[in-house]
This record gives sequence, structure tokens and C-alpha cells, in this order.
Amino acid sequence: MKIVVCAKFVPDATADRRFRPEDNTVDRAGVDGLLSELDENAVEAALAIKEAGSGDGPDMEVTVLTVGPEQAADAVKKALQMGADAGVHVVDDAIHGSDAVATSLVLAKALGKLEPDMVVFGMESTDGTMGVVPAMVAERLGLPALTLGSEVTVDGSTVRIRRDGDASSDTVEGTLPLVLSVTDAANEPRYPSFKAIMAAKKKPVQTWALSDLGASADEVGGSVAWSRVTGVTARPPRTVGTIVTDSDGTGAAQLVEFLSTNKFI
Amino acid sequence: MSNILVLADHVGGTVRKTTAELLTIARRLGEPVAVYIGDGVESALPALGQYGAAKVIALTNPELSQYLVAPKAEALQQVAQKVEPTAILISSSSEGKEVAARLAVKLESGLITDAVDVQSGDGGPVTTQSVFAGNYTVQAKVTKGTPIITVKPNAVTPEAAQTAGTQPEVEELDVSISDVAKTARITASRPREATGRPELTEAAIVVSGGRGTGGDFGPIEAFADSLGAAVGASRAAVDSGWYPHAYQVGQTGKTVAPQLYVAAGISGAIQHRAGMQTSKTIVAINKDAEAPIFELVDFGVVGDLHKVLPAATDDVKNRKG
Repeated sequence: MKIVVCAKFVPDATADRRFRPEDNTVDRAGVDGLLSELDENAVEAALAIKEAGSGDGPDMEVTVLTVGPEQAADAVKKALQMGADAGVHVVDDAIHGSDAVATSLVLAKALGKLEPDMVVFGMESTDGTMGVVPAMVAERLGLPALTLGSEVTVDGSTVRIRRDGDASSDTVEGTLPLVLSVTDAANEPRYPSFKAIMAAKKKPVQTWALSDLGASADEVGGSVAWSRVTGVTARPPRTVGTIVTDSDGTGAAQLVEFLSTNKFI
Repeated sequence: MSNILVLADHVGGTVRKTTAELLTIARRLGEPVAVYIGDGVESALPALGQYGAAKVIALTNPELSQYLVAPKAEALQQVAQKVEPTAILISSSSEGKEVAARLAVKLESGLITDAVDVQSGDGGPVTTQSVFAGNYTVQAKVTKGTPIITVKPNAVTPEAAQTAGTQPEVEELDVSISDVAKTARITASRPREATGRPELTEAAIVVSGGRGTGGDFGPIEAFADSLGAAVGASRAAVDSGWYPHAYQVGQTGKTVAPQLYVAAGISGAIQHRAGMQTSKTIVAINKDAEAPIFELVDFGVVGDLHKVLPAATDDVKNRKG
């Protein structure tokens, strides 16, 4: 059974994240980046399925697939350190500025080449936070999509998830090959051990360009994106409010007075 | 006038507030046509009509609720081909975003998610989104196909239409669902327990608890109830098993933008700020005067939430009589 985890290299949320002034696209090259935290849950889910050995077929292999600039190799490296067996990095200058629709096209073409039994995604990226790419890839590949699983069980070729919606908690079932996405509640991603970090250095990583996928540069990138950011404004910093201490026991009274003055009561 | 397709969000025929918001926005762009999936369209008609749906297309194929997402996207594609809308509005729930995602691929149309405002503009709707944990506001537009926009709760205050009181015209449409859309089968469904409190993403006031509760959400819930508020929780509290994941506010949980957000015992890590930073008024109670949450607040109390909240709860109750 071949599992491919789609993982994204994102700007570090704890550092400065910004847009490129010339085209209003996300600056991915000039900032610190890392494997999206939510994709660590996807890697962990794939590794857990491999280790449980409950999947279809004896030869379990986990490949991590990323689409992104040169630096995105760091996201592949992190997944290999966690325990993935191999990596594929699709890198091509023409891809910069792609919207989710174009990204899903590149991923679908790469997955067409890899022919996995299962494709695993995190719930959303921590930068774009759209959460739409798993559904788009499933749509393009015509595969069942078990999305937003907070609990995953694999029994041969049958996969089940628990999906916690706003109104109900559902059990959803599908048969391989399929697309799976997991939430941050699905598992606790492991920290790579020193031994695993050393072993990752020997794992194979392929680098593909658009031409390797049979994709053309005029299908992707910012110039053909189906949506466009027309304006970017940094949010003004919040003005510093009133801070009181409860050391004299009047904190509650002052709090309620504030709420009352502002008509919340 | 151009048709604006609105996917009605409802629970068993009770239209959610987000649908009224979508219809209010749709009226800025053209004439709203609501799509209602499931049984019980009759009970939804008064609300749909009140907020300006001129027409309601009802889809009752059982497959639409037996399988996840994909059949709904196929159905909407067929509705779109018939109605030829100039924009499609869907609420920004996890299901809504996935339906929109598939529809964008099917209709070869641009998609914008999580809009906090939508206005009519030259050459189509202009959306406003709050991104990067609320640190930036961006304007965007769709440049190809029929704009598909998912809209966050509380983007607008629902306004009744001038035509309110007119019952919308209902058309039942039989859609065909392909086999490939029937592959993620919902085998069981357990309704979420009702708390009697407002829905987290729709509430005007949210009171959230974090690590500082030490696992006791009693004071949080009591204070929330005194204000008629929803209850939220930080990731630390959820990860500790103190409160269910469905109530998590933050990057990986719900994003809320209420009139008032009260953070009690929450330090204010980026993960949490991403989910509440655009709230109108922010109040925090925390023992640690250095907690980063205090950089965001309009009013902060440095103190123990276990002392401050119960006293504040009593005070609020007394004032309300």
C-alpha cells in the first residue's frame, strides 16, 4: 500500500508574514518557513497507518509530496525525519502565485504519476487557511474523499473517519484508493529522534519540474490565477487598553463597570 | 436583474443566521435565488422570503445527505447551469468550503473563501478577507468564471428585504448524482448535544477559558450564561481534555469575531490570537501581567479568574435584576 502525504511549506506564523508589494502574492522566499504544523498531523496519520499494518497489502510506503519554492525542501526534510520513506518536491518558478485551484491541478498531476492507494492531507494550511485543496484534488482525481477526520481507522481497503461537524458528529466510510484529510485532533505528531534525523539524510528525494508532470506553465502561477488580491492593508495595531489589577479585590467590579459602560450588560 | 445563488444553511428546516446574512449580501449583488437541500423546505420559506429570496430551488434527492460533500457540489453545478447566476454565495462552514472547492473545479471558476465582507464592484463582487491571524485585511476578486464566495458568520447584520412577507416561489428540482460522487458514505450521524448557548461562531459575546482554568470551566460557563454568551476554549484547554474540540477558538479551531470577546486564563499565543484577534472589543483576565493577551485588550484584569469571574457573574446578575 502506497501512501502519499501532501505537505505545504508555509511562512512561520510566529515570525513576520507578508505580501510581495509588486503582485500582492504571499512572500514565500524572503521569510522563515517550515512544514505547516497541520501537515505534521497528516504525516503522523500516514505513519500510524503504516506502523499499524492494518492497511491493504504488505508493502507499506509513505511518500511526502510538496509543491513550493527551493526552500520548501525543508518541509520534505522534516517529514522524512518524522519517518516518511521518500520525498517528491515539485519546484518551478512558474508556479509562484498559483491559487488553490491551480495548486490542486499540480498536485493532481503529480499524484497521477505517483499512483498512491491513499492521499493524506492536513485539514488546511496555516497560511492560506482555505481548507479546500483536499476536496479539489479528490474532485480532479475522481477519488472518494474522507475529509476532516478526527479519528481514522483502516481495515484492509476500508477506511473510516469520525468527522465532527457543526451540527453532528458523523462516521464516514470509503474504499481505497481515496483521499483522506485529518484535523489536529486526530493525533499528536511525533518529534524526530536523533537517529531518525540522521537516517533521513539517506532517504531519496526526487525533484520534479512542471514539464515532468506534463503540466504547462500557462496553466499555473499568479498571471492566470482565477482570483486576485487587489489590495492589502496591514491591520493597525490595537490601541492599548486599560489594565487594572485585582490585588485590591476590585477587579470584578471594574470589569463589570467597563462592560456596563460599553452596553454589554 | 442577475441571479445570485445562495446555498441555504439549515438544521432540519430551521434556517441558520448565516443564511440570512448571505441573502442580505446577495441583495447587494443581484436577485437572490436560494438553494435548499433536504426535507422541510416549507418551514424554511418564511425566513428565506424575509431576507429576500425571490425564488427557492428545493433539492430532496436522498443521496444528497447519504454521502459527504460531493453530491451537493454536483447538484449545485446542475442548479448553476439552469439558473446561470453571476455569483454563488455559500457559508464558510467546513462543509460549505468543500462544496465551494469542488464547484470551483467543476465550473472552472475562481473561489474566494472566508470573506468578512462582499460588495458590488466593477466587473463583479469585491471581497474583504482577514488573513495572517488578522494582521492583514485583503481585498480580492474572482477573475474567471462565476465568482464562488464563502462568507464567514457575522459578516453583515441580516436585514429584512423590502419584499419581506412575500412567499418565495418554490421549484423542486430533481438532480442526477453520479456514482463517483457516492463513494464517501455517511454510515452514522450523532447530533451534537445542545448546550442552550448561542452558536460559537454566531454569538455576539464569547467567553473563553484556557490553561488558567486549571480544568474547571464552571466559572467560564457561569459568566458566559450571565451575559448570554457562547463558551470557547483555547487549544491548551482542549488538548488537556478540559473542553470539547468543537469549542476551540484559534488557528485550528473556530475563528470568531464577536462584539465582545472575553479571554480568561488564556496567555494569547499566536495560535489563539488567529481565532479572535478581529473581535470588536477584547477583555482578558489573567494572573500573569506579562501575558501577550494584554497587548490586544481594551480592558484587562490582572488577577485570578477563579476570584474575578464569580464576583463579576454575581455583579452582572444583580445589575440585570
